[in-house]
Amino acid sequence: MIEARVTVTLKTGVLDPQGKAIEGALAALGFADVGAVRQGKVFDIVLEDGDPQAARARLEAMCEKLLANTVIEDYAITLPPAR
Amino acid sequence: MKTAVVLLPGLNRDRDMIAALTKIAGTPPLTVWQTETEIPDVDLIVIPGGFSYGDYLRCGAIAARMPVMRAVAAHAARGTLVMGVCNGFQILLEAGLLPGALMRNASLKFVCRKVRLAVTNANTAFTRGYRPGQVIDCPVAHHDGNYFADAETLARLEGQGQVVFRYAEGTNPNGSLNDIAGIVSDRGNVLGLMPHPENLIEPAHGGSDGRALFEGVLGRAA
Repeated sequence: MIEARVTVTLKTGVLDPQGKAIEGALAALGFADVGAVRQGKVFDIVLEDGDPQAARARLEAMCEKLLANTVIEDYAITLPPAR
Repeated sequence: MKTAVVLLPGLNRDRDMIAALTKIAGTPPLTVWQTETEIPDVDLIVIPGGFSYGDYLRCGAIAARMPVMRAVAAHAARGTLVMGVCNGFQILLEAGLLPGALMRNASLKFVCRKVRLAVTNANTAFTRGYRPGQVIDCPVAHHDGNYFADAETLARLEGQGQVVFRYAEGTNPNGSLNDIAGIVSDRGNVLGLMPHPENLIEPAHGGSDGRALFEGVLGRAA
């Protein structure tokens, strides 16, 4: 079993109005050193197959087909360190 | 003229769309549930607006992966007319039947109001009921209508006349690039638009500027 984490974020250059709003709210709370905020999504996915290489390929397919909209989003896959 | 309306859980403009099609085509559309793998021969398939699957993941993302959308794609490839309104537009983009994406409104607010739409290409099956450049009223109601495409895609859409509706007179309600409100596929048989023409087809609606879209498209096979 593999516990993977997929992070989906907006591509650089794509306007993120939600990130901007959060940025404004953090400033309103007095966090004056916040330069920029980009909002994204995290998916924790448990795979039954224990082979990490096969897992990465499966996760990439999941990202391309559903988890990310590659018109506007990038994705990153994190697998647990090999033992 | 035979029409079909795709039904998915969470859509809420399906009744309005069915009423408009029935009123203007003279016969009610077939309704096709999301689990269907085939759609009978029709001239026009419509995906109405709403909040399919509660907008989970991204607007239209889950709906676009349902079996019925493979049937819609097969029809689109054969040249059947396909129209997606609001959430239907989002679903067509997520299904890859139109290019680009619809993002959260730049204002972050849900907008529900009348806008002005310019018909920037009246030479499509969907817009031939209008004069080129005609500016019409149309209601919008959405939270994610902010059209985005990369520069290359945008240039192609503009160059090939695929932008058919544009928000006019400073009424862009969502920050859409180039004021884009509606686009067609490169073959011109798939239309996606954020505004709701089905909600402006008779005087009781406060106007009937949306009617010509249905009359134009439904007259095609007559």
